[in-house]
Amino acid sequence: MTHMDILEELKRHPYEYARKYKSERGRPIVGYFCSYTPEELIFAADALPFRLFGTGEHIRLADTHLQAYCCSLVKGALEDAMAGRLDFLNGVVFPHTCDTIQRLSDIWRLNLPRGFHMDVVLPVKLNAPSSRSYMIDVLMEFRKNLEDAFRKKITDKALLDSIKTYNRIRLLLQKIHNLKYENPGVIAGEDLHSIMMASMIMDRSELIDVLDKIAGDLESGKNTSPPPPGERIVLSGGSCNLLDIYGIVEEAGAAVVGDDFCTGSRYYEGLLNIDMNPVEAIAERYLTRIVCPAKHSGLSTRADNIISVVREKKAGGVVFVLLKFCDPHAFDYPSLKRALDQEGIPSTLIEIEDQSSADGRVKTRLEAFIEMLKRKDRKEGEFSGAGK
Amino acid sequence: MKEKDPEKEKRKIKSAARMKEIMTHYYIEAKTADQSGKKVAWITSGGPVEPLIAMDVIPIYPENHGAMIGASKMGKDLCEKAEQMGYSSDLCSYACSDIACSPVNGGPIGGLPRPDMLICCTNICGTVLKWYEIQARYYGAPLFILDTPFCHTDFPEQAKRYVRRQLDEYLDFLETVCGRKIDYDKMKEVGKLSIEGQRLWKAVLDTATHKPAPLSAFDAFFHLALIVTLRGTAQVVEYYTLLLKEMNERIDAGIGAVENEQYRLLWDNIPIWYRTKWLSEKFASHGACLVADTYTSAWCGALEYLNENDFIETMAEGYSRIYLNIGIDKMAEIVISLIDKYDADGIVMHSNRSCKPYSFGQYDIQKIVRENRKIPSLIIDADMVDERFFSESQVETRIDAFMEVIKGTSAKK
Repeated sequence: MTHMDILEELKRHPYEYARKYKSERGRPIVGYFCSYTPEELIFAADALPFRLFGTGEHIRLADTHLQAYCCSLVKGALEDAMAGRLDFLNGVVFPHTCDTIQRLSDIWRLNLPRGFHMDVVLPVKLNAPSSRSYMIDVLMEFRKNLEDAFRKKITDKALLDSIKTYNRIRLLLQKIHNLKYENPGVIAGEDLHSIMMASMIMDRSELIDVLDKIAGDLESGKNTSPPPPGERIVLSGGSCNLLDIYGIVEEAGAAVVGDDFCTGSRYYEGLLNIDMNPVEAIAERYLTRIVCPAKHSGLSTRADNIISVVREKKAGGVVFVLLKFCDPHAFDYPSLKRALDQEGIPSTLIEIEDQSSADGRVKTRLEAFIEMLKRKDRKEGEFSGAGK
Repeated sequence: MKEKDPEKEKRKIKSAARMKEIMTHYYIEAKTADQSGKKVAWITSGGPVEPLIAMDVIPIYPENHGAMIGASKMGKDLCEKAEQMGYSSDLCSYACSDIACSPVNGGPIGGLPRPDMLICCTNICGTVLKWYEIQARYYGAPLFILDTPFCHTDFPEQAKRYVRRQLDEYLDFLETVCGRKIDYDKMKEVGKLSIEGQRLWKAVLDTATHKPAPLSAFDAFFHLALIVTLRGTAQVVEYYTLLLKEMNERIDAGIGAVENEQYRLLWDNIPIWYRTKWLSEKFASHGACLVADTYTSAWCGALEYLNENDFIETMAEGYSRIYLNIGIDKMAEIVISLIDKYDADGIVMHSNRSCKPYSFGQYDIQKIVRENRKIPSLIIDADMVDERFFSESQVETRIDAFMEVIKGTSAKK
């Protein structure tokens, strides 16, 4: 098995991996939602942080708790839990992000008594002096709650080691993505997707080995296979359930060269300062990182960021990906689009209900958009040619 | 001229005329604020309005605007306009219809007065954050966010500290925008009036415990506007004193909101604004009165946390522990206490696709209520403002079937 094969296998059968991991290693597994869960603390407690994406299979039980206008991530995760597919979890962590996750936490607490249940109610606004001290308070409390749950002290040393592990993972993910962005042919988009998914569920020490080897292979040019596709695309929006949109975009004839997903760049950007108090370092990263639209850090931070990503990555356009019924992202879309329009950056929107609905309709839309970008490129080429 | 039905006339709440007068005057003052030199602040319905009143700033409630848009049946058009602006039809119709009004001065009152500032309190939902960001960008006005951490099971000390500290940040913000210092004596007085207003509002709602109930939830939806918009003023105290007096007179005279009240029901969630009259008549035709609701009672639900002699210090808890900012088991407890207090025979829940924090969890609350009080419940799928999501024939069939069940279970009592 190659390193990529291992990750692909993991992507196909994440729950089997978890069950096997638990029986073989005997280490606890903690389920979590959203990149605002301070994974570093869970890992420092010697547990495996395991992000929940929901398989979306046969929603039946969750329908008796959540209405039709609930997003597929939350419904899918609840279904998996109620159907017993998550019986390997020792507990679940719910960070306060959107209204839907907030209510999922309540429903979960009342209906799934197995394991521990922790709410991490982080601040919503991140740009006020009061938010910083509250953020630290909440992280300290989470640390204590984990200690109680595992009857184990999380020492500063263990936390620092955890932070170093996460810094290494994030650096490796940055490296792999940068190699891809420099030369899109170096690795397929769907492989990048497998890497991201594995990063949030796999044993983190083994992950470092695998990522290290993949990065090495990419650097030595071993994996270069398909020629780099023409158009460079940046993805923006909500992909909390890590939709496999990378492959679809590349199939439609473009390369993904950047994103602002919480399951993408926002996951691996921003290293933790190892010279700070470790809890404050975690807070600092959350306070300075580009926000999820369910949080606030100014009126133009997300628009400024996406424009700078497009410029920096020399992308031709942006594909907005919205998960149906995700309010925070849907509210941000019109102003983000307007900001891109003002900069002359073309964009398109695809709304996806769940993983399986990323179908032919989406592909046709993407192909049309990419065709438009190509025409635009040719036209601009002609203009610059005429000016010579 | 058509002769008035004396039976209907008898049931009309007379104070309503005074209420309309106050609201009209309020909106005229707000719309002419540029002439009076007063500042205008947009604020969320659950937001701390008292400091604005103390600073002589005119508070404007976009949610109240949303309700007016819904009641005047302009929701569908405005929501469609919002869709043309790029907003998904799955988003909150209060937000969408209000956002769509701004560029065209649309809606029932020709748009809201331009804000000098926006005050967004997250105690009701995460949607208001997005809505206020959008409007702050559009109007180029400063935005203050009061972040009230969600109280799943309790309200921890660090959350209280955080909200308390933000109240200082809020007052600093107001002083900067208004260019003058806050008068703390006035703030104390406003705090007292706010609590007095909430107590009176509670007393008004409490009169519906009487059988027959002198007012219904549909009446409460209307009379609610003052406690939301002018909380902290003497006007509210004066008006609810008047309304309370009328309710007590109705009790003495045996006048009920519904003719021949036989069944008493509880309403959950925001009203279906464009169909309140139809729904009210529909239930009344079955001899059913909606005697209480979880919506209007939210504006007096945090009284236990507030202290009139120490308003600023107790505001943090009072504004955080409100109905929508607590876990669904706590919400179910409140629903059960309302059932007991008002002796309700059943519960009608509006599954409101616009309001996720209010609607997700309703199935669980329904189950908890069923297990604890064994009374029937009905879920109506609709939207508070956007009529496209309301199917009259379907709702009618379901109400008729539900009322048959109510009649059956009540007879067995």
